[in-house]
Amino acid sequence: MEKFETFTGVAAPMPAQNIDTDKVIPARFLKTIQRKGLGKNLFNDMRYNTDGTEKEDFILNQPAYRNSEVLVVGDNFGCGSSREHAPWALSDFGVKCLIGTDFADIFFNNSSKNGMLLIKLPQDIVDELMDDAKLGANARLTVDLENQTITRPNGEVVKFDVDPFKKHCLLNGLDDIGLTMTNKKDIDGFEGKDDMARPWMPSTANK
Amino acid sequence: MATPRTLFDKIWADHVVRTEEDGTALIYIDLHLAHEVTSPQAFAGLRETGRKLRRPDRTIAVADHNIPTTDRSKGIEDPESRLQVETLEKNVKEFGVPYYAVDDIRQGIVHIIGPEQGLTQPGMTVVCGDSHTSTHGAFGALAFGIGTSEVEHVFATQTIVQKPAKNMRVTVNGVPPKGTTGKDLVLAIIGQIGTAGGTGHVIEFAGDAIKNLSMEGRMTVCNMSIEAGARAGMIAPDERTFEYLKGRPHSPKGGAWEQAVAYWKTLPSDEGAVYDTEVTLDAAEIVPYVTWGTSPQDALPITATVPRPEDFEDEGRQNGVARSLEYMGLEGGMDIQDIKVDTVFIGSCTNGRLEDIRAAAEVAKGRKVADGIRALVVPGSGLVKEAAEAEGLDVILREAGFEWREPGCSMCLAMNADKLAPGERSASTSNRNFEGRQGPGGRTHLVSPAMAAAAAIKGHLADVREFLS
Ligand code: SF4
Repeated sequence: MEKFETFTGVAAPMPAQNIDTDKVIPARFLKTIQRKGLGKNLFNDMRYNTDGTEKEDFILNQPAYRNSEVLVVGDNFGCGSSREHAPWALSDFGVKCLIGTDFADIFFNNSSKNGMLLIKLPQDIVDELMDDAKLGANARLTVDLENQTITRPNGEVVKFDVDPFKKHCLLNGLDDIGLTMTNKKDIDGFEGKDDMARPWMPSTANK
Repeated sequence: MATPRTLFDKIWADHVVRTEEDGTALIYIDLHLAHEVTSPQAFAGLRETGRKLRRPDRTIAVADHNIPTTDRSKGIEDPESRLQVETLEKNVKEFGVPYYAVDDIRQGIVHIIGPEQGLTQPGMTVVCGDSHTSTHGAFGALAFGIGTSEVEHVFATQTIVQKPAKNMRVTVNGVPPKGTTGKDLVLAIIGQIGTAGGTGHVIEFAGDAIKNLSMEGRMTVCNMSIEAGARAGMIAPDERTFEYLKGRPHSPKGGAWEQAVAYWKTLPSDEGAVYDTEVTLDAAEIVPYVTWGTSPQDALPITATVPRPEDFEDEGRQNGVARSLEYMGLEGGMDIQDIKVDTVFIGSCTNGRLEDIRAAAEVAKGRKVADGIRALVVPGSGLVKEAAEAEGLDVILREAGFEWREPGCSMCLAMNADKLAPGERSASTSNRNFEGRQGPGGRTHLVSPAMAAAAAIKGHLADVREFLS
């Protein structure tokens, strides 16, 4: 997983409530063999007409927002399936950070596992940031995880809370596997002991 | 004196690599089963991060969900299904994972081949990116399904991060009536405790009705523990377990066998071990069961009538029942035995083993599948198929009008060519009757293999006891 570094990027407003994982990435794209590549189908049915052409009024199709790295979203974004395709699609599109009042639980966890920062803020602040995100070419926010701040286009600084453990993992680019790898010695030790204790454990190698 | 421990407690304790302050543990995994649907992103993740597979020698791969159960020489027609299988083949080569190819006699449903090869043994931790991994718990192993990120985690570290589950014991005492199988017991259990009854728990199935089941029957019971919401299901290993394992390709041999059995005998729960939740059923009251709705808990005796929404107090439940009845195209109050089916499916990791095919053949022998019914028998593995053919079961079934197929998941889920068309209704030996599970708009009634065969012959859901001498 890549380290989460301070960045300044375009924020897109997506005020609709309950954008579920099927809207983020419709189920028919799940029979894939990759994590990568789902970005082109992110928000597919909101983003494209049935003939595959872009819907002009969809926010991420507008010139100022085509490379958005932040989404300011409505309540309960990410409800629905526990599959990991929704965060994969967002991340593949280039989204690094989502800001909202609340997110669906599993989506919240799956997203941080995939290197994205999800920030929960009170309604009035989300409203202000939503207004910022509507500024088109000027809708630029700076997200600094180390100092837990968002800098608005007008220079004002907003503080946010984050779980210290998640912060540590994101800043150091530690996914769950990376974290477990830091305990490699324990695993080696367990295997050594277990080989003695249960020497009959079967190898799957062909017989 | 040491605190008495459950089977689950013991296996857990023997696999803890380390524990964090909040109780989260790193658990060592003894056996990882991989298939084509949930592994590709995990392999890709390893490739992207330059990580290796830690224990290919504890990993086994097989393709089962997407493969056709008809003539395989033509390959797989659906391009996405084909790509998943081809990707698995590429990945196992690149990462050095033992693999049972589609033309290997050992190929089959991932949860059938583990026990069959002697890879699943008592006291082991077993995982697979598939929720029915609980099947392996029949051997007194701790076996559960995991998601794709966790599959990658196990590939890279051979461990998994988990908090301990709660202990639940479901005891089924007594002698079940004629015609009642492991499938009927587990449907009755789920009918009683509900699909959330086991949430957060590992269920240990106990009691003489469970002990008296064959290993196949025990696997059927554990297979469906996930439908009761449990993390896993398990049954204490005993002489029957050891008997089943003896001489299998990957079972311990010689002195190692003695050593293993000595350890396995220490695993059953101690006298006085405490369970967070206990449920008891009387087997004598469990007649052959069937589901009428769209959740496995919608289970009733074959002699019952379809419920009406107004039979329930809770308004939410009333709406749920009304919705299920509408989807299933049923009237509340009708006799379950009046429900006509057009398809019968005998197979899956729940009921695709030799004993299941024998039970179906016993009912089918000398009889004929009713007109207009499509009846499939899909062995769970190449070896099951071979053994059934050696006993002539394929001939009995074919003569009765059943189709005899190649091994795979088949109509258990609509991922390969075997599907229900919208509105079609099946009697199925699989494990899930969710909306669309066997095909969009398809209607599923879960039953045992003998009950499925009886339905095929009658053309409607039927009481198998009429067919048994
Ligand atoms: S038979 Fe059904 S439940 Fe079993 S592994 Fe295959 S798809 Fe899953």
